[in-house]
Amino acid sequence: MSASATAVRGNRVSPLRRRADRLGDRILFGMCALAALTAGAIIVLVGYQIADGASPAISKFGFGFVYETVWQPNFGVFGAGSLLFGTAVTSAFALLLGAPIAIAIGLFLTLLAPKGLGAVIGPLVELLAAIPSVILGFWGLLVLAPFVQEHIEPFLHSSLGFIPIFGAQETTGLSVFTASLLLTIMVIPIIASISRDLFRSVPAELQDGAAALGATRWEVVRGIVLPTTSSGVVAACLLGLGRALGEAIAVSQVIGAGSELQSSLFKTGDTLASRIALQFPGALTELHKASLFYCGVILLVIGLAANLIASWIGRRFSYSGTLSW
Amino acid sequence: MNRGLVPDPGAPLTPSGNLRRRQLISRAAEIAATAAAAVAIAVLVIVVWTVVGRGAKAIDLDFVFTGYPTGVGPMLLGTIMISLVATAMAMPLGVLIALFLTEYAGTRGARPLKLTLDLLNGLPSIILGLFVFALLVNHKQQSAFSGSIALAIIELPLIARGSQEVLQLVPKTLREASDALGVARWRSVLTVTLPTALGGIVTATVLAVARAAGETAPLILTTSVFDPKAFAVNPFEALPNVPTWIYKLSEEGNPEGFTEAWGMSLLLVSFILFASLGARALLARSKRKLSSS
Repeated sequence: MSASATAVRGNRVSPLRRRADRLGDRILFGMCALAALTAGAIIVLVGYQIADGASPAISKFGFGFVYETVWQPNFGVFGAGSLLFGTAVTSAFALLLGAPIAIAIGLFLTLLAPKGLGAVIGPLVELLAAIPSVILGFWGLLVLAPFVQEHIEPFLHSSLGFIPIFGAQETTGLSVFTASLLLTIMVIPIIASISRDLFRSVPAELQDGAAALGATRWEVVRGIVLPTTSSGVVAACLLGLGRALGEAIAVSQVIGAGSELQSSLFKTGDTLASRIALQFPGALTELHKASLFYCGVILLVIGLAANLIASWIGRRFSYSGTLSW
Repeated sequence: MNRGLVPDPGAPLTPSGNLRRRQLISRAAEIAATAAAAVAIAVLVIVVWTVVGRGAKAIDLDFVFTGYPTGVGPMLLGTIMISLVATAMAMPLGVLIALFLTEYAGTRGARPLKLTLDLLNGLPSIILGLFVFALLVNHKQQSAFSGSIALAIIELPLIARGSQEVLQLVPKTLREASDALGVARWRSVLTVTLPTALGGIVTATVLAVARAAGETAPLILTTSVFDPKAFAVNPFEALPNVPTWIYKLSEEGNPEGFTEAWGMSLLLVSFILFASLGARALLARSKRKLSSS
């Protein structure tokens, strides 16, 4: 037998080993595919369970639940209108105040901050998102609310009181306004870190070209940076909106759990998520629980819609879409 | 008419008129952006400062190691248990999903899976609480295990996306060398890809744990009725835990309870901040190392 033939035979994988490898490949693929399917199954199962839990309330109140504003557990009458209103007001406020600040932070980190400073401030801003909401809410209750009640609300009321949203205030500092401020703190790190990544992706030649034509820094931002990233920034804001809509704990700690529709931001109110957190553990009747599940259905639909639109808009960009925490 | 190219020698060297206005606007925008960053940092500093200042008074050895009313040991133990069980479920699943994304899915198959992970990541935690309540707790009793499932769902997309990013950085040459030697795919995944990416996967998991450890909303519905005196570890009954206890104390409005809640907040925040910062530094380092090799 020649030497080369021996070498070939020596290299040959034994049939047993080959079978084991084929089996191993299949097992690994199967496990990975199963895990991927599990992720999808969880979403479907969440939707099913929430809808199932809500079904008694859905069949009793129908779609009217969404706009009826009476919520009286003792009488078995439930309507989520005022909660939906509170959710919309707090989230809109948080976005209106938070998005410009967050975008400005993104611009600061990409265009203004020296490299070393940016590497410190960027992660610090993201750390804001790492503070648990229960602790932020506790801080809001004991530190922010008294401050807001003594200083910010009287000032806004006396100077801008002719606008209904800055109307008369409550005595405690627990208000829609305080809750909105907490939500603002929560959405800023999300929008800031995504928009920073977006701004970094703007080609330097475009910016240098504009600067070479004599544009000031602000004109480069207005003319180049913001227009090329605008849809991504909108997607970032939608992700922030999703966060603000769904925050239950911190809001429930500072919003004061009011049940009426109020035009003034300084009154108490409530949101869908916070109502679930506040009343679910103590809910006695099945209808009460089902109504809270119905709130969950509304929340889930709006939240999924915001996230879907965000990912649809943001698909063209390579940002990761998720915070690292 | 302007003669053009010969500048007026007497003209001032500082910009004037329109240019001056444009530069002022630009300067104002720069100041505003810097101020925005300063505001965000200030909020972080104020929150952490308050938690440290008020929490430090509450913390001593008894606070950490004894039960209610002198300490919060059972809550700490319970939170550790709940997080461990959650991570034990989420980590293998998350790594397998990441492997599916990098090894099998291709770019077209990866898109729906990534969208699914993003949607999971965007689910409000109170919704997960309702979900697990309906699935496991309704008409039965609360259990730490059901809370762990909710936290595992929170951790899952974070671990999967984090691991996927690291797995993608494993040098192609390593895989090609393994393929050239005729090694089967599952063997190269288990003996080449995963060990190379292990450090990054672990740090991604630590980040996810830090994020989930402070979640309150799901635990309120699944493991909030417990005995704060007893050191318990059985995950099939409701276990004391830090977030729901802080929440309960904050709702009660009792000054002594507030001190206790600040103490627990300090313990929780310092765990989360150190874990996040440490893991992020390690993750950046291992990513750098992988992409340079």
